[in-house]
Amino acid sequence: MVGAGVVGAACAYYAARSGLRVTVLDRGPVAGGTTGAGEGNLLVSDKEPGPELDLALLSTRLWRELAEELPPQIEYEAKGGLVVASHEEGMTALRDFAAAQHKAGVTAEEIPADRLHDLEPHLAPGLAGGVHYPQDAQVMPALAAAHLLRAAGARLRLHLGEEVTGLLTGGSGEIQGVRTASGPVHAPYVVNAAGAWGGELARLAGVALPVLPRRGFVLVTEPLPRVVRRKVYAADYVADVASGSAALQTSAVVEGTPAGPVLIGASRERVGFDRTLSVEVLRRLAAQATALFPVLAGVRVMRTYPGFRPYLPDHLPAIGADPRVPGLLHACGHEGAGIGLAPATGLIVAQALAGREPPLDIAPFRPERFASAA
Amino acid sequence: MPLSASEAYEPHEPHASHEPHAPHASKEPGEPYDLAVIGAGSAGLAGAVTASELGLTVALLDASAHVGGQFYRTPEPALGAARPEALHHDWAAFADLRRRRQATGGITHLAGHHVWTVARQSDELWAVHAVTGADGAGERPVRVQARAILVATGAYERQLPFPGWTLPGVVGAGGAQAMLKSGLVLPGRRIVVAGSGPLLLAVASSLAAAGAHVPAVVEATGYLRYARHHRALAANPHKLLEAVVHGSALLRHRVRLRTRSAVTEVHGRERVEAVTVSRLDGDWRPVPGTGRRIACDALAVGHGLAPQIDLAVGLGCATRPTADGTSALVLDGHQETSVPGVWAAGETGGVGGAQLARAEGELAAYAVAARLGVRAPRTESAHVARLRRRRDRMRSFADAMARAHAPGPGWPEWLAEDTDVCRCEEVTAGAIREAVADLGARDARTVKLLTRAGMGWCQGRMCGAAVACLAAGANGAAGAAGVAGAAGADGAVAPPGERRPLAVPVALGALAALEPGEPPEPPTSPESNDSPRSPESPKSPKSPVEPDR
Repeated sequence: MVGAGVVGAACAYYAARSGLRVTVLDRGPVAGGTTGAGEGNLLVSDKEPGPELDLALLSTRLWRELAEELPPQIEYEAKGGLVVASHEEGMTALRDFAAAQHKAGVTAEEIPADRLHDLEPHLAPGLAGGVHYPQDAQVMPALAAAHLLRAAGARLRLHLGEEVTGLLTGGSGEIQGVRTASGPVHAPYVVNAAGAWGGELARLAGVALPVLPRRGFVLVTEPLPRVVRRKVYAADYVADVASGSAALQTSAVVEGTPAGPVLIGASRERVGFDRTLSVEVLRRLAAQATALFPVLAGVRVMRTYPGFRPYLPDHLPAIGADPRVPGLLHACGHEGAGIGLAPATGLIVAQALAGREPPLDIAPFRPERFASAA
Repeated sequence: MPLSASEAYEPHEPHASHEPHAPHASKEPGEPYDLAVIGAGSAGLAGAVTASELGLTVALLDASAHVGGQFYRTPEPALGAARPEALHHDWAAFADLRRRRQATGGITHLAGHHVWTVARQSDELWAVHAVTGADGAGERPVRVQARAILVATGAYERQLPFPGWTLPGVVGAGGAQAMLKSGLVLPGRRIVVAGSGPLLLAVASSLAAAGAHVPAVVEATGYLRYARHHRALAANPHKLLEAVVHGSALLRHRVRLRTRSAVTEVHGRERVEAVTVSRLDGDWRPVPGTGRRIACDALAVGHGLAPQIDLAVGLGCATRPTADGTSALVLDGHQETSVPGVWAAGETGGVGGAQLARAEGELAAYAVAARLGVRAPRTESAHVARLRRRRDRMRSFADAMARAHAPGPGWPEWLAEDTDVCRCEEVTAGAIREAVADLGARDARTVKLLTRAGMGWCQGRMCGAAVACLAAGANGAAGAAGVAGAAGADGAVAPPGERRPLAVPVALGALAALEPGEPPEPPTSPESNDSPRSPESPKSPKSPVEPDR
């Protein structure tokens, strides 16, 4: 398993539980990449009906199970999400969207304007309404990854600070393990859970997987009493997009945490792995967050950090065996949804390693689907 | 009521105290400054004054209401302090800088400005972003544009935790001195001074001179270590003189100096009642059975100073590990950082004191002027050469001091499992060791993620050194080797390597009131399409909303 982020941890967890011996390698620490920069959102609310939503619904169930098995330190919270619209036009689009999701198995409850403040007392006045998604939940992602690895037990070996420098292959090109600076690690299967760096690992294996980093900033405020109860975000840039201002790539997602700070995301830019602070991104996120919750205007941002979402051109992850290299599997490219989709991904990978049927149709996630385009 | 962005962006900030502009250093409204100096301590003030004398327009930004920084503190006027110089070493040099500042035009002093980031606007233009006004909802954003930046943000006190260090009555050694200088107050009546570094003697002298009883100065290293670097000492006779002055003051006040010792526990219920002082071995391990109790009602403690370089690191300036395990900026002979157009002076390049800071500030100003095409008068070249020699001499002394006071690898042994290491988030040494041993943390950043150590108000400035040390120390041989490599042969405290893109907290309202800028990276081609997922977008037929997950 290459990658000790939440996806690698979930793959290792389910593989070890199915009886396999697993070695997890990472050139950094546990949760050192995108997992450590994520907010830990486990969302169905933002997904339209389709393969990613199916994956998310399965993951939602699995996270509930994991919350029973893992220690409370992972801060699993079934807090629910609230998507709000500021005007009637946006509300209409949101309503249609929620209706389609409902048919696909999502619990979605329309909240009229006069009831919004029962759910979120500090929301701005004058909103048109919203939709409540009780299935949305949250974990603390780094702790979730660390505890998944710990819960994998004695069948798991953790090699941190070890970078994979190449893959070992046999006479017919089949995987036999990985090469690291401190020696080879032999295994008949290698899983690429390298997240935003998954494209690099694929290249080491001689195949193309166009994973690219898509940067986002998270703002973290000073600790507060519970001002924001759920995950709250605005739906009304449907209209912005329709009006042509598609360059807007920030949509404030505001949420409280058990530890007190309020987290604010999410921006999206393709600027490579550049960690330089973007003042403009901060301005937009702050403006959008204070528009949703005016009470936050006087609240201070303590820190901000960038993360790099592993982005694939069709916004779907690559999960499962790579037919081009026998023994190579991929579990990366989840963009901003890796924490949420980790358990379903882990289960699919574990099933594939054991030669069992996947829990759902994984054809849309075929790793080789970009080959013709490349 | 926050100002609108356009008002906030007026170059004539209401809090600015404008000196009359000299004819050669006038600035049209809306024009960028030639130089923005961040920090009005010894380095920044010297840099600003010199640059202004050379004809540059200068913005001097500082969080405090007065110039002088951490070292030169103006007592509150209401206290009626008649002789602030009595509490300050080398007040004359500061008075000289203040006189020159009055004489020159062209310095716009932006007091009460908290700089949170510096952004590159183009190859030749920088934007310094600050907030001013009351904390929270009263904060307003201010942007200052300049053609060059001088980072003179000083240093902050480094702390190594020990059992009881969170009790009321335990104060930073530098903090105790600052309280005395600016507020004329003492943290207690019977004050033990402890930790490591040359600051301790100065603090003890000041406290004793102000009437406190100082039963002991507890220094973790032996001063004999200075002898190894006697060449640097011989080249810096004023430092010897300083030590003799402090030494004699301590003798006069009957202060006992205990070297190779540390406060390993603080006792008291509501506040400090006593401390235990233990002997240390060469690696700073407490020697069992050597603990002695000393009654006191306050403890002033510090383990040296760490450069305050968040703004420069945010700009991508290269850093170097110092001999005592902190991170300092890499500077060339002209005080320029690895990022062209950004200079630094004073403690940001490695802690070395006010005199060195002044010399570096001046040198930086000459270099900035030269870069901007302003030629210093020929008569100044000898002065600059002299400044350089003084700077080099004082730097080598500073390096020698850093080597002498580098924390030994054995200090974590005085921690109990339940000692809070991160006091903001109340994370114990035991919790950090568990994160390292059981959860896969290998560095301070991961420890922070898994335990919240360093996530509180101080953003790890207080506990960063200790957390980095515990994270690396428990990693076994590889970690220890890495630390030794990073911190020098005799230092076990490694630079935490933290990035703090926000140098100070900023109210969301102040961020929201910033002037709108260009979209960071507008999508240009279908391949780089980053437009939000929406039902309308054929490329990414997704939801109308796409939060971070």
